[in-house]
Amino acid sequence: MSTVSVRIPTVLRAATSGESLVTASGETVGAVLDTLVATYPGLAPNLLDEDGGLRKFVNVYVNDEDIRFMGKLESPVTEGDEVAILPAVAGG
Amino acid sequence: MAVVSSVLDLIGETPIVDVSQLSPNPRVRLFAKLENQNPAGSVKDRIALAMVEAAERSGELTPGSIVIEPSSGNTGIALAMICRTRGYHLKVVLPESVTVERRQALEAFGAEVILSPGAEGSNGAVRRAQLLSDEHPEWVFLYQYGNEANPTAHLTGTGPEILRDVPDITHFVAGLGTSGTLMGVGSYLAEHKPEVKVLAVEPPSGEHVEGLRNLDDGYVPPVFEKWGGFELLDGKRIVRPLESIEWTRRLAAETGIFAGPSTGATLAGAIKVAAREDEAVIVFVVCDGGWKYLSTGLYSGDLDAAAETLDEVIYF
Repeated sequence: MSTVSVRIPTVLRAATSGESLVTASGETVGAVLDTLVATYPGLAPNLLDEDGGLRKFVNVYVNDEDIRFMGKLESPVTEGDEVAILPAVAGG
Repeated sequence: MAVVSSVLDLIGETPIVDVSQLSPNPRVRLFAKLENQNPAGSVKDRIALAMVEAAERSGELTPGSIVIEPSSGNTGIALAMICRTRGYHLKVVLPESVTVERRQALEAFGAEVILSPGAEGSNGAVRRAQLLSDEHPEWVFLYQYGNEANPTAHLTGTGPEILRDVPDITHFVAGLGTSGTLMGVGSYLAEHKPEVKVLAVEPPSGEHVEGLRNLDDGYVPPVFEKWGGFELLDGKRIVRPLESIEWTRRLAAETGIFAGPSTGATLAGAIKVAAREDEAVIVFVVCDGGWKYLSTGLYSGDLDAAAETLDEVIYF
């Protein structure tokens, strides 16, 4: 099991008692999110849809790379990686 | 240079500069596409003109029309210049949390500024403009996030210019806002040189947005979905303010190109590609100049303080 740090955006910090950086573990992003949600159940409805997929307006990054362009929830993580959760925001 | 009859004739056909001195690998060349040289100072001149001309052709825009658009700055400024020269009244919904220069530039071109709460970020400005447009169906809502003229301007302009000027391109890197540049140039390259990798860079702007009720208030531009963004892009990464500033400063100091922080972020993304490739020809977009960001103090002085300031500002 790899232990990784997870950055929580302001909008979701109510579910992590205000913490902006928490730890979770797993070998893939999906497993990390599962352990995260087990610790902070309030995050569940914001991260995953009914089918267990990543919700449309949530972006998840491993070491700043968007997982939707890698292996999605199957993307591997290794010890010490940083996972970041961010709401999708428009520029322009 | 020929004499032109309107400043709008100067939009597009921007130059490309070889900035390979910034490359960490001598076998990777780096080219900067200077979109800051458009007359209103950013890549958005192209899409603003394309959207206005499409609305004129469809008959939606007529002399004296009122135009409304949400913008974190550059699209608004480009539209302001164009609306001023074409006789339309422009209202721009602008998040409070942009630099003061952006607001002043809009006012210089006579646009009306409607401020949206900074805590809601760009998404709040989009929502507000949508509401205002619903209340005033007589206003023309160009809606850059869903307007086909936006990516089309890059499909027919920016994309062909890049492949013509740098035919051996292997990677294209640009900032992701509405996704218009990436979708348009990406589609052109996919058709004419499909082996080119198309990579997006974005700031961590969702980090501090507080005004969202939940993540479903997030926003994926319709242009991105309609143009197949998930298939078209080969990767997308965040670049944080500190790194963006470092590369914005290096670009100015080592190549003489004075750009805004989103360009620094894009360059940082290009440098990451350069560091992992054995051999490559990378083209990245200089989205705008540095003038509109001087008030943030990001070009000199303490790097951490500048990063903290930029963290509070919308710059994409």
